[in-house]
Amino acid sequence: MRIKLTVNGLAYERECAEHVTLLRFLREGLGLTGTKEGCGMGECGACTVILNGRAVNSCMVLAVEADGAVISTIEGEAQGPSLSDIQKAFEKHHAVQCGFCTPGMVMSVKELLADNGKPGVDEVKEAIEGNFCRCTGYVQIVEAVMDLTGRPGGKGELEHV
Amino acid sequence: MFDDIKTADMTYVGKKAGRPDMVEKLTGEAVFVSDMELPGMLHAQLKKSPHARARIKRIDASKAAAMPGVRAVVTGEELDYHIGLYIVDKFILAKGEVRHYGEAVAAVAAETLEQARAAVEAIEVEYEPLPPVLHHMDALKPDAPLVHPELGTYSYIEAVFTPKPGTNIANHTKLRKGDVDKGFEASEYIVEREYSCPSVQHVPMETHVAIVQWARGDRVSIWTSAQSPFTVRNLFCHAFGLPHINVRVQIPYVGGGFGGKAGIGIEPLCAVLSRKAGGKPVKFQASREEEFSLLPCRSALTYRIKTGVSADGRIQAQHMTMYWDSGAYADYAVNVTRASGFSASGPYEIPNAWVDAYTIYTNKPYGTAYRGFGHVEFHWAVERHMELIAQAIGMDPLEFRLRNALRPGSKTMTGETILPSTGNVVKCIEEAARMIGYGSLSADELRRQEKTGWKIGKGVAALQKAPAMPSFTATAVVLKMNEDGSVLVNLALTDYGQGTYASIRQIVAERLGFPIEKVKVAFENDTDRDPYDWQTVASKGLLLSGNAAILAAEDMLRNAYAVAAEALRANPRDLGHDGDRVFVKHHPASSVAFSAMAVGLAMPNGNGIGGPIIGVGRYIAQGLSNLDKNTGEGSPAIDWTYGAHGMIVEVNEATGEYRVLKVASVYDVGRAINPDIVRGQAIGGMIQGLGTAVCEGYIYDQQGRLLNPSFTDNKIPTAKDLPMEIECAVVETPQIDGPYGARGVGEHSMISVAPALGNAIQKATGAEIMHMPMRFEDVWRALTKKEPIDNWITKSPIGSCRSAPEARNRG
Repeated sequence: MRIKLTVNGLAYERECAEHVTLLRFLREGLGLTGTKEGCGMGECGACTVILNGRAVNSCMVLAVEADGAVISTIEGEAQGPSLSDIQKAFEKHHAVQCGFCTPGMVMSVKELLADNGKPGVDEVKEAIEGNFCRCTGYVQIVEAVMDLTGRPGGKGELEHV
Repeated sequence: MFDDIKTADMTYVGKKAGRPDMVEKLTGEAVFVSDMELPGMLHAQLKKSPHARARIKRIDASKAAAMPGVRAVVTGEELDYHIGLYIVDKFILAKGEVRHYGEAVAAVAAETLEQARAAVEAIEVEYEPLPPVLHHMDALKPDAPLVHPELGTYSYIEAVFTPKPGTNIANHTKLRKGDVDKGFEASEYIVEREYSCPSVQHVPMETHVAIVQWARGDRVSIWTSAQSPFTVRNLFCHAFGLPHINVRVQIPYVGGGFGGKAGIGIEPLCAVLSRKAGGKPVKFQASREEEFSLLPCRSALTYRIKTGVSADGRIQAQHMTMYWDSGAYADYAVNVTRASGFSASGPYEIPNAWVDAYTIYTNKPYGTAYRGFGHVEFHWAVERHMELIAQAIGMDPLEFRLRNALRPGSKTMTGETILPSTGNVVKCIEEAARMIGYGSLSADELRRQEKTGWKIGKGVAALQKAPAMPSFTATAVVLKMNEDGSVLVNLALTDYGQGTYASIRQIVAERLGFPIEKVKVAFENDTDRDPYDWQTVASKGLLLSGNAAILAAEDMLRNAYAVAAEALRANPRDLGHDGDRVFVKHHPASSVAFSAMAVGLAMPNGNGIGGPIIGVGRYIAQGLSNLDKNTGEGSPAIDWTYGAHGMIVEVNEATGEYRVLKVASVYDVGRAINPDIVRGQAIGGMIQGLGTAVCEGYIYDQQGRLLNPSFTDNKIPTAKDLPMEIECAVVETPQIDGPYGARGVGEHSMISVAPALGNAIQKATGAEIMHMPMRFEDVWRALTKKEPIDNWITKSPIGSCRSAPEARNRG
């Protein structure tokens, strides 16, 4: 069927088979490969995008369900040539290693901060609980968010003994 | 490569510096193989065995081959290539017999993924199921079925490994030091225990994926999510008998590896499909389930240790027997066995040692390198054993560790003498203990214990690891100066997340004396463009490639100085430089810019001098030797990185539930080139170590089917599983032959996390746990003195996990 949707502020209209997931539609239909597939079963969060204001696993949404929706993906996150505040905080805190979970992680943080400008540490952990990261151990990600919002918990340093 | 310069006197080394891959990864622009599509590309899918062991009686792929969009179908029968690094024991597709659940028996390449899936469904396979051998201890029994009856015909590295044809033993590593019988006679106490851990998955977030194009003239292009481009090329060429010049391997960004993408993987499979499809590129990406059951995992281990200790708490003798479960193929597991064998005691001095380490074939998914290369598994045993010995002899476990820890003058099990520059495990242990307030509970902790009713305990565990690599492992770095005087760094050591390129960039900028903004390390490795590197494994990258980078920077400066000397009519010895130019020291106004020399200097009259400025640095491991196959003596270690964890845990004695309150980790890294990256490795590995310690593991039924090949049933730690407090520290005893004194730490953070936790649980409650992971029910069983149960090969899958499966519902 034919669907219309807005992704990162741009309008798209495409033919789309009923069985195609939103994840596959974004990656293969629109060429937005920043959103990743880690498991295809809604467990790992690598495919997180924001659909009508809610963070969703795009591998668990059919593209046809997103007809008429407004979607944000990692490709729309930077502000023109410069990184967004979330991206800058991730960069400063080394909150990225292999980078495969990063787009979904940033989207989950974006949803959190849209609802709650000053989350506590436990709220940040809750918000990214559905985003698996095998590299970082999450700590520098949590620190990046806490630093960004000016709350305590945003500092962590290697000690020299 | 160590010059005695204080960190305070350096510009970039030891200082904060960003990672060069951040913007691409944070914007979604970084291209992984998963993201790549080539013109005319076909998609591959696999037919996999539902049996752990079966004879393949018949495969009929004729229907599949005739289906729409199908361009190639291959079965094991038509492929006669053996693949392997250390022991060449694996076919591309199963041939004659399947050896593990999930093993591929046939493959299809089609125009679309859907067509490939449909075609795979249409392939008919008739099996004759055979009784599998599942537990590695059963595989040693005289009447056990042989997983590889042809073991005697396989080629392997004979100087290093010892297979036992006619058995399921793929390798037997021996180490004999001193006289263990005499040592036991001289002992006041003898403690003997057995420890174990199951297989686990690496879980890179990007599953294995490759695109291969076998073009006309047998020219093969490979794009792959792998750790080691040159090893992929080398093993590929050996398997197919192709000249190296015909094969090009390219590795763009890689979504994690942790050892699972070392060596060679799915590339040969894509290659044979592409060849059969007339040279169209073929892409295969493993599903998450295939990542668990088709791709390799970490070997399970059973480890028996018998230790004799004198009345004053000094180890006199230790008898160690390791049984490594390689699964169906042992290519990499044999080297895990070797590397674990020579390090089997952990960081302690054992005057009389006897090690037998066996790699054992079973009918299960096969083992490979996984962060720590055996050391996570056997340190679980060693560091629990140290705790239990201390308890048996009535000594504090910390004191017992310190009494037996390696110090300058100690001899390792292979006969190396520890030097003051080798690293300081004693200080690591002491600092980890200090950071958790070892030995007593603070007033706050006592109050918390009172309030919750959960018992608080504190434990420590130490660790050591040297890179497990060939004695002659080599690498190279090439620097190329751009027209504006900036510098491009090429190397084939890959950065698949660990951050080595950030550190290499700092090292190059430091040694060149250039602003770091002028130095770029090129991602996206390419065997046609980059200089050789053996493999990105073993925590050897920073040491070897860092040294090569220093040598390349020095070569580049030497070349630039030669041009400047000619242009300025000066002796090179009288020249100096800054980030922009080379000048005459005694007449600084006389200078020539790097940008002017970068691609050849033009003199005012038009004459040319020099040529493009490049720098080449080559480095090879030095002074290492093969170990004697009968005694294990020799020099296997280019460096030893030591470390220790301290752990505070609170345990509910009624239920076995526990929470980790604090982890303190200390490593002797020689020099922290980039403190934030060291900390990222320290925390990331520690959390991965907690996953192994707390809940991860492969669960099989009696037929050898893997019951939990998904994130639904095989949880990894999430952000909510973080300990309440994490502290990371480094000791910096410079490694004399390390770049600016540095040694590797990528794997070490995962080692000994589990025993630190087990020791803390024991301290809190007295529970003696010998089997990893420590799920709540395992702790409860230990507390209630119930027999531990084997949940790993079971009819009734009752494994559970600390991370509750109540993931957020996201519509």
